[in-house]
Amino acid sequence: MSEQHPEIRVGDGAVAPAAAPAGGGRQVKDRAQYGLCAALALLGAYVLFDAIGIADVATSNDPLGPKPMPILLGVLLIIVSAFYAVDVSKGGTGDAEEGEDIDLSTPVDWRTIGLLIAAFAVNALLIEPLGWVISGALLFAGCAFALGNRHHIRGLAIGAVLSLVTFYAFAIGLGVNLPAGILQGIL
Amino acid sequence: MDNITSLLGGFSDVLSPINLLIALLGVTVGTAVGVLPGIGPAMTVALLLPITYGLEPIQGLILFAGILYGGMYGGSTTSILLNTPGESSSVVTAIEGNKMAKSGRAAQALATSAIGSFVAGTLGTLGIVFLMPPVVKFAVSLGAPEYLAIILLTFTGVTAVLGASRIRGLTALLLGLTIGVVGIDFVTGQQRLTGGVPQLADGIDIVVVAVGIFAVGEALWVAAHLRRKAGEVIPVGRPWMGRSDWARSWKPWLRGAALGFPFGALPAGGAEIPTLLSYTAEKKLSKHPEEFGHGAIEGVAGPEAANNASAAGTLVPMLALGLPTNATAAIMLAALQGWGIEPGPLLLNKEPELVWALIASLFIGNTMLLLLNLPLAPAWAKLLQIPRPYLYAGILFFASMGAYAVNSQPFDLWLLLVLGLLGFAMRRFGLPVLPLIVGVILGPLVERQGRRSLQLTGGDLNGLIGGPVAWVCYFLIVLALVWPLISLVRRRRGGSDKGGRGPDGGRGPDDLANVKAGTSINSSEA
Repeated sequence: MSEQHPEIRVGDGAVAPAAAPAGGGRQVKDRAQYGLCAALALLGAYVLFDAIGIADVATSNDPLGPKPMPILLGVLLIIVSAFYAVDVSKGGTGDAEEGEDIDLSTPVDWRTIGLLIAAFAVNALLIEPLGWVISGALLFAGCAFALGNRHHIRGLAIGAVLSLVTFYAFAIGLGVNLPAGILQGIL
Repeated sequence: MDNITSLLGGFSDVLSPINLLIALLGVTVGTAVGVLPGIGPAMTVALLLPITYGLEPIQGLILFAGILYGGMYGGSTTSILLNTPGESSSVVTAIEGNKMAKSGRAAQALATSAIGSFVAGTLGTLGIVFLMPPVVKFAVSLGAPEYLAIILLTFTGVTAVLGASRIRGLTALLLGLTIGVVGIDFVTGQQRLTGGVPQLADGIDIVVVAVGIFAVGEALWVAAHLRRKAGEVIPVGRPWMGRSDWARSWKPWLRGAALGFPFGALPAGGAEIPTLLSYTAEKKLSKHPEEFGHGAIEGVAGPEAANNASAAGTLVPMLALGLPTNATAAIMLAALQGWGIEPGPLLLNKEPELVWALIASLFIGNTMLLLLNLPLAPAWAKLLQIPRPYLYAGILFFASMGAYAVNSQPFDLWLLLVLGLLGFAMRRFGLPVLPLIVGVILGPLVERQGRRSLQLTGGDLNGLIGGPVAWVCYFLIVLALVWPLISLVRRRRGGSDKGGRGPDGGRGPDDLANVKAGTSINSSEA
């Protein structure tokens, strides 16, 4: 996981000020991309660092050993980050993805993202102690709230129905592993 | 004919009441989820992957076949009724399809797309029956160096040929390859890139990656830019076609299927190019060229058939070589690995029943879809009105459930969140998603084949250079990499710059760029 942290963090931090390159306003250089390049270079350095730390145990059976692949990737990541930066400095931009429910003319709504992450974290923390039925219902209601749902009871009710149905269908019906938690014995 | 006998064997495995019920479930759920706005076929398959875990592989595959074609059909319904394609492959369908719907011909647009999908899907699946066994025969004769070269060609295809920007494609591929390295080395057992986290020792499960990047990343990205006013859904009755619609549709179906299948079967084909080619071909051949841009039925029939035939075509490299060339195939490979089945050239020899049962269920699923979707289209259209907070909350709910179910550890939920944020960042910066998924799946394979090649020569780098097949692949790779330089030089001489996106905006042949420009102009003059 640790190797993904850098670019996420840079993405998060650097997007905010420059996050309005939507619609026709393409003349403004999208500087947040430099943050992405820096993150790629950092990731490359970390991959190299990790690879160098691996003990060399090349044998006749495996003359290459486990090191060359990550070393190659680390070097390539650093090279690509440099080319990427050059591309950005020449005015290259990536097109942000469009879609039916996406309105790119608005800036990134960080409050919603933050609330969704919180709902996600609550589920990850509670899924084993309380069980999927409870944590899943909270996850659904929390996400719906973050996305603008203001019928709290309805959100919770739909969440509870969904998590009960999935628990019975998948955990009990199909043998998929979902924890029962404190409701063990009741469900 | 050997193939026919094996196929009949596949049918006899699939045709039992319980299996037919599973197929019905697959096409229904696949269509329902595929119709939901924002969910394309790849995300449909990723989200529904966990359902298949509890099933026997053969039943899981039957379910999967239904989900695959159901998801594709559902996606085209959305693009026609909402003018908002979920994937690049249905962009072209939306151009004329939505114009037809707006002028009150939604029923005909849906009908030609459903029947065209059926025709092209059936022809494409027949194509698999005849093309896959010879490809397998050819593939098993390949050594590690040749296999390595073919994988590298696939990498070049997904990063440099498809997609708008090479540097961004390459970035995504490298990220995927890096994710693929995480875990214990398969020969020496040493930990790589795990940072000492014990849960990472087994590597990052491809299902968690796929669900994180596709479902969570997409949901977060939409959440950040949620359109507060939902798009307008065009009401529709039961799809039907008049005599003249049939007369205008059947040739485009066949031409679309003929264009789509070969592109899908190539290691770097995809559906974007054949759907565009089909659109331009139909525009040129049509007796009513003036209708194009205002809702010409040929412009729906052809590209939609090309799209489905290409999806069938991608199953050839997937089943015969273990190479995914689109996102949906990548996730299906992940499913096979989840059942402990190793994809690759030996799959057909080791698990012939499974492979032929999958192909048979593609035929069955395809037929069921036709029977199901013509009468049910109005019901599917209602799904488009689901409130967005509930829709995306539901996506995150099912994504979490699926990711947790893989290994039953809460750690995977945190991983899912991190990968979701990565998917968010990729959408923000316009990095394509497909190279990353392909990198995660093929990364370990490419390393294995590379090390195996060198093992034969005791570490001498000559071991990487194989026979003629490898040479052809390397030649194609160089050609694909050098092509934009050549066209750049030619363009400079011609003096007409077409306004690419950046210094590396070189994409495919020039005429394709023209088509793209042309179609996007068409679609914006609503």
